[in-house]
Order: sequence, then C-alpha cells, then structure tokens
Amino acid sequence: MKLKYILPILFIALLFTACSSDDDENNTPPVINEVEGLTKIQDIVNNNHTIELYSKSGHFYTGYNNVSLRIKDNTTDTFFEDVTISWMPVMQMPTMQHACPYSAITKAPGRDTVYQGNIIYQMTNTDGSGWSLTLNYTIDGTDYNVTDTITVLQYENQNVTSFMGTDNTRYVLALIEPQDPKIAINNMKVGLYKMENMMSFPVVEGYTITLDPRMPGMGNHSSPNNTDLTYRSADGTYQGNLSLTMTGYWVLNLKLLDATDTVLKGETVTEENPQSSLYLELEF
Amino acid sequence: MKKYMIFGLGFLFSALTFAQELEATVEKDTTQLDEVILIGQRKLSNYRQEKTLSSIDEYLEKSNKVTMIKRGNYAWEPSLNNMDSQRLVVTIDGMQIFGACTDKMDPITSYVDVSNLEQVSIDSGQEGTENGHCVGGGINLQMPQSKFNGSGLKSSVDLGYETNGNYKIAGLELEYVGNKFYVNADGIFRKSDNYDAGGNKEVLYSQFQKYNVSLQGGYKLAENHVLDANVIYDKATDVGYPALPMDVSLAEALITSLTHTYKNDSTTIKSWESKLYYNTITHIMDDSKRPDVPIRMDMPGWSDTYGFYTKATLKENKHNILLNLNGFYNRSLAEMTMYPNDPNQPAMFMYTWPDIRTLYTGIYAKDAFALSQDKTVSASARVGYHQNTVAEEVGLESLQIFYPDMDDSKSRFLMSLSADYKVKKDSYDATFGLGYGERAPSVSEGYGFFLFNSFDNFDYIGDPNLNNEKALEANLAANYYANQLKIGFETSYFYLTDYIIGEVDPSLSAMTIGANGVKVYQALSHASIFDFYVNATYNISEAFSLNGTLGYNYGKGSNDENLPFIKPFSYLAEINYTRNFFNAALQLDGNGNQTNYSSYYGENETAAFAILNLNLGNVFYIKSNKMVLKYGVENILDTNYSTYSDWNNIPRQGRNFYMNVSFVIN
Repeated sequence: MKLKYILPILFIALLFTACSSDDDENNTPPVINEVEGLTKIQDIVNNNHTIELYSKSGHFYTGYNNVSLRIKDNTTDTFFEDVTISWMPVMQMPTMQHACPYSAITKAPGRDTVYQGNIIYQMTNTDGSGWSLTLNYTIDGTDYNVTDTITVLQYENQNVTSFMGTDNTRYVLALIEPQDPKIAINNMKVGLYKMENMMSFPVVEGYTITLDPRMPGMGNHSSPNNTDLTYRSADGTYQGNLSLTMTGYWVLNLKLLDATDTVLKGETVTEENPQSSLYLELEF
Repeated sequence: MKKYMIFGLGFLFSALTFAQELEATVEKDTTQLDEVILIGQRKLSNYRQEKTLSSIDEYLEKSNKVTMIKRGNYAWEPSLNNMDSQRLVVTIDGMQIFGACTDKMDPITSYVDVSNLEQVSIDSGQEGTENGHCVGGGINLQMPQSKFNGSGLKSSVDLGYETNGNYKIAGLELEYVGNKFYVNADGIFRKSDNYDAGGNKEVLYSQFQKYNVSLQGGYKLAENHVLDANVIYDKATDVGYPALPMDVSLAEALITSLTHTYKNDSTTIKSWESKLYYNTITHIMDDSKRPDVPIRMDMPGWSDTYGFYTKATLKENKHNILLNLNGFYNRSLAEMTMYPNDPNQPAMFMYTWPDIRTLYTGIYAKDAFALSQDKTVSASARVGYHQNTVAEEVGLESLQIFYPDMDDSKSRFLMSLSADYKVKKDSYDATFGLGYGERAPSVSEGYGFFLFNSFDNFDYIGDPNLNNEKALEANLAANYYANQLKIGFETSYFYLTDYIIGEVDPSLSAMTIGANGVKVYQALSHASIFDFYVNATYNISEAFSLNGTLGYNYGKGSNDENLPFIKPFSYLAEINYTRNFFNAALQLDGNGNQTNYSSYYGENETAAFAILNLNLGNVFYIKSNKMVLKYGVENILDTNYSTYSDWNNIPRQGRNFYMNVSFVIN
C-alpha cells in the first residue's frame, strides 16, 4: 500500500516549503554614538568652545523643535559632561525684537555629553533669516556666552499658530506630537503659551482644547474617538487622543476654552463652517 | 430524464464520489434540498440550460435555490436560501478560495469557467458543511474526475456569438487519455461590449473580457492509486460594473492542486482522497474609465490560500460513512489610495482589509444508515477551530481606533450538526431534515475598514468581537409521481441568532464623499428566513413536456424590519419539445412585485416582470465526430426590467439572439 508513504511525503513537503532559515547575525560590536540618529544643524563657536546643535532633521523649522547640543573644548577636542546651559532665541523685527516659547536645557537621558531642550519658533522670514540664538553656560564655575544667527525655515504645514484670544491675550499654540503620525489613535500633544511680554512666553495651565480632525480632500470627514486635550502638569503640555483613519492631509480643528469653559478662540466645524479659525495641519 | 442525464455523462465519471452516492443525484429542475447542476457542455439537454457556453454564473442561475446578485454583466454573486457569500461555503473541488475584493466584485465563481468543471453540487443549509462552516448552504464546483479508459486523443472547439453586447466566445480543448495517464488542456475566451437593456438602452460600463486556461493531468500509480494535478489560470481585464462607482482592470486567479486518490471496492474503505492546494487572487479596481468621480482612487486586493483535505468513505453493513479532515490558511489584504483633487495634498492611504490571516482546521463526519431498502437516516457533524489574526501592525492600530481594546487575534470554535430522514418509494419520496450551524464573521464583517457599499450608500466598519452567527433550520421536501405527472415541493425555515448585518452608527462620519453615513456590522438578536418552492412536471407525450415552478420567500429580523435581498414571489413555466437530435423550449420567467422590500436596509420596491425565452438545439453526427448547435432568443419581447437582486436596479439584458456551436473531434 503505497498510500501510507505518499501522504506523509506530501505533508512533509508542505511543511518544508513553509520553513526558511535566516540566521544572519551581525557580529560587529555596537559603536556608542552620543548623537546617533541626529543631524547637525550648525556649530556656534567662541574662543574656547564649539557648541554643536543637533536635531533629527538638521534644520530649525517653525513650530516645535527638539534640539540636542553638546559643548566641545576647542583645545582638547573633548566634550564636557558637566555644564549648566540656558538659551534665548530672539527674532529681530524692523522696529522691535521678540523671543518665543522655549524650555530649559537638561542632560539628555542616557547620554554623557548631550543636552537637550525645545524651542517653538512661531514665525520666520521667508528666507529663513531674522533669528539669533544666545547660549549662556557655566563650566567649572566659569560663565561663558555666545550668540550667533540661525536659520529657521518655514515648515510646510501650520504646526504652530499665534493668535489673539477674546481675553485680549496673545497665545502661541504648537503641535508637539505626533511627530510620526500613524493610522491609529495617536497621542496628541500641544504646547500652549501666553505672550506675557516680548520676551516671556510662560506655559498656560488648566485650559481645555477641543479637537475635531477633518480631511478637506475627502468630503471634510472626521474620525471617531478623539478626545479633548487637557493640561498635564508633568510636562506642561496639553494631551488627548487624535484618531487618524488614513494617511493624507488632515486639518486639526481646535477650540481653546479657558478654565471657566469660555471660548477664547475657534469655532465648531459645521456644513457651513468647514474649518475653525484655530487649527493645526498635519500630513503623512 | 434523470437517468438520461447521468448516464449520458457516465463515461466521464469513472466513479461518483461517495457524497454523491449518498445524496440522490438529482437533476436541476426537481425540488430537492441537494441539487447537482451538470455542466453539460456539448450535451443536448432539453431543460433550462440552453447554451453550451454559458458562464458558471448562468448555470447557477438556472438552479431553483440559487439567485445571482448582479453588479454588472460579469462576476455575479450567488445567493442560496436568500443568503449570500459570507453565509455560504463556496469551494472549488473542496478547495477553499476567497475573493480578493472588499466590495464582493469577485465571487469565486468568477474565477472558473465551464471548461474547468464537470458539475456543481448545491447543498442547502447544514447539508452543505462538508467543506466548511456555513448557515445558508454549500456550493461545490467540481472538476472532472480522472479517467484512464484509453480513449486516446479527443479535441473540441466551441464558438459562440450573442447579438446583445456583441458577445464573442471561443473555446478549445485537447485531451489525451491513455491507460496509465491522461492529460487535458483547455482554454476559453470571452469578450463582450456594453449590453443593451430592453428598448435598446445601452448600459454603460457593462463590458468585460476574460480568458481561462487550465491543465489537468493524472497518472495511475498502481491499480488503486491515482495522482492528479490541476492548474487553472483565469484572467479578466476591463470588466465594467454599471451598478458600482468603480470598474475592474484586473481580476486574476491561479488555482493549483495535487490530489491523491485511493479507490477500492472490495475493502471497507471505499475511497480515500487527499489534496494539497494553493490559490492566489489579485483584484484591482479601477475608476480611470469613469469621466466624473468625486475623487480618483486605487483599490487593489489580494487573497492567497493554502490548504489541504483528506477524506475517506467507508461502507460497513448498512453504514455509509464519510470523514473529511481539512484545513486552510488564508491571507486577505486590501488597500485603498485616494488622490485628492488638490495636487498639493498627499495621497490618502488606508488598509481596508488589514492583512487578515485566517487559519482553520476542522473535521467532518457523516453517516448514512439504511434503515431499509427505501428508508435512510443520516447524521452529520463538523467541528472546527477558526482563528483570525491581524498581521499588519498598521491595520491593527487603525482598527483600534474603533476598538481600542482589541487584540491582534481572535479564536473561535465552530460547530455544525444535521440530521435527516429520507424515504424513497416508487410513487413518492420525501426528506425531512434538521440542522444547527455556526459561522465565523467574514473578513469584511470582522475587520473591514470603511468599505463603501453603493447599494445603501453607507461606509461599513467591521467588528472583530462579533459573536458567531448561528442558525437553526428545518427543511422538508417531497415529490409525488403519478403516471406522467410529477409534483413536488420543498421548504426550509432558518432561525438565525446573532444575525450579522450593518447598522447605522450616527456618531461616525462617512469617509466616502457623498455617502449617507457609516454602518457598523452588528448582530440582530435573531432573524427568520423562510422559503417555499413547488414544482410540477407533466409529460404530455414522449416529446412534449410541461414544467412549472412557483417560489415564495420571506425574511425578517428581530427589529421587525424586512431583511434585504429576499426574493419576491417568483414563477417559471416552460414547454419542452425533445427528440434525439433536436430540442426546443419556450419559457416564461417572472417575479411578482417586491412588496416586502427592505427600505430600512436600503432597498426599494422592484416592479413585477415577466420575460419570454426561446431555446433550440440540434445535434449532428459525422462519422465519430459530433456537432452541437444551440441557438435561440432571450427576452423575446425586449422587456426593460430589473430584478430584486440587481444592484442599484441596473436593468437586465434586452432581446438577445444567441448561437453556440461545438465540434467534438474524436
């Protein structure tokens, strides 16, 4: 009876076609690179030190910028591991100058020489000019500072907006996350800052930002299970859920509500009003 | 007549499979729960199957129980007991194969042609679970059996032309049958332009073009052992779907199998058949021929299935036992890319079927016990394990927008049971059956992501947490024979629980431009479907016979709404004239007014209609060669009509003259 031989052979053949071996192993030891995955934006140099500025893209753009930096000793070509740094971005306008929201600078987690912070440029000139960056830092008890011009490019979408609320206060609102949007429920994070004066943009606490994402290219449809953005004191941002049902161009329609739920800016999206006056854009 | 049909094909069947031995192999116009449609190519049958070059769809449509849902002139979707694809198990020779279109534009019946098949067996309800779980029934498209009768070389040529739509068909078949091996190669080509509805109204985007080639061969390993291999390649291009907003630029299938068969009449195990198979489908929707669409889009889909079955038939005393162990692994992936009218915006992309992997293994057993010469009681059961996994991370995350807690896989246990009692006397026969069955939700029902349904104009979202749909069924059929009269009826009642259907979720925003909203697949707590057919045949003389069928169907959900796609009152009457070398038939086919239409589920009332068809056939013998000529007129009165199963009420063909000619060269 040949059958009992044939059947097992058939099934074994099937099993083997489903298997494959892939044992390639990379035996080269990992090189520890403190600026892995980052691209240099520019060097800012004074007599003693070179300050290297990095970001993922290698450019400053309008909106939220996560910036990494490290300070090199020009004589020894080594990087300092114990410094205190602060910064001040300033834009020179024809008649006045102003700053923008920015964070303190702290040691990057898991790094010895790299420090990081963020800057939210709310505007720029069309050629990228206008901004300068001052760095004040202390090494072994000695204070240093350096200032240089920087180039801030206009980001292709509206990822930051500066507006006047009904309370006659000027606000800056910037998209922090998602940086890499997915077809999923994304954690959306925005920074909300009040323009106290030309140089001071403190974080606004305890407000609410409603969210209604829409796709103008596809009948202005929305998505389900979005949540309003609420203040998180842990990192001083507003967070909520942003559902993106497909890739493409999304308009994130927002309304800013103060602590008493008074609308400071923005309108509800309806058939007649396809877009709120307060919005951010996202494309992926 | 039955004998004529069966014996006429007898030389093709070296043996019938056990399943067919168990069931009464009945021919298509009788009222029985199990129907076998013989793909009678190049035969002079006097019943409703007129054209030798009919598509599989047209063959199926002639069955009482099957209705074809039409979205165009090609790739009709079979519906059995008023239940369509997802409630049926449709297989090709026991092989699982799943369409790759999210909008059901490619029922698997569209991937085979008459030249590939020998017969179609249609089993109602739980009778149809030999190859898989279903609630509505099973349709198995059977390929020819292997043969080693040493008949040598045979070739045949088929040509067909139909005036309506300038429809051209050509087929070629070559066959060599030795004593140890055989090989059969065939190809068929079909091309049709837009057809005209009644009153010469052209139906735009109703064209199609396809070809199908197949190669089958077998080798006799030993006296009782045969190894067969079969490859079918089917490719349709430029297929219009007048009822839908998109057409199809490519529907391509490769269907392969390797079968080992053991047969022995002298042992308890009568036969043992094992098959390994693989099939792959690519389906590409296309709107480039439509001048005016709100947005351009691409919607490709893919479906690959690997599977096996091994089945044995045993006969011991009065027991006839059939065992079937089977399993398959399917991958279904479909995506959609939309191109905004503003060229500055990026393309919009989503997975509409997020790479769903389905793994199924199950076992089926059936025992027919002969109580006496004329009474048989039989029972069958299928149990299986069914698992869906979302393989694409992006797809899982996109579904989690709707179901944040969903896991990437879901397992189900499925069960099916049936029992029936048959009596067969000279003057009457009767069958009474009961069944219980379960089915898992289809890929679309479980995992569909914004699938636009142009019938009710809603986007559909699947729900991976749906319960299995369950059906309790009872059926009864009887025939009475008196002299030249045969009268019979059959009826089935299905009580379905957790009946899966889309319900509007007003909180969701439609994705498709112009859609009315979004429906989410949900379960009605229960639904009832009932059908009743009565059929009578009267042989006036040797040559003349009359045949008539009436049908009534009913379907309602627990929300007190009519179910969609329930056939209205239907009737068919025909008069046949049959001689050895000539036949003729005149038919009246009609439906009553669709009064119980389902406005809730997007249907509108379809008006009553009736059409007249005339079919003629001749057969000529020239030495050992044969020529079969079939010709006639369909819809003689050029009625402009559509039926309840025509998607968006697209009208059916107007008057059509056709001629098919087949040459068989021995």
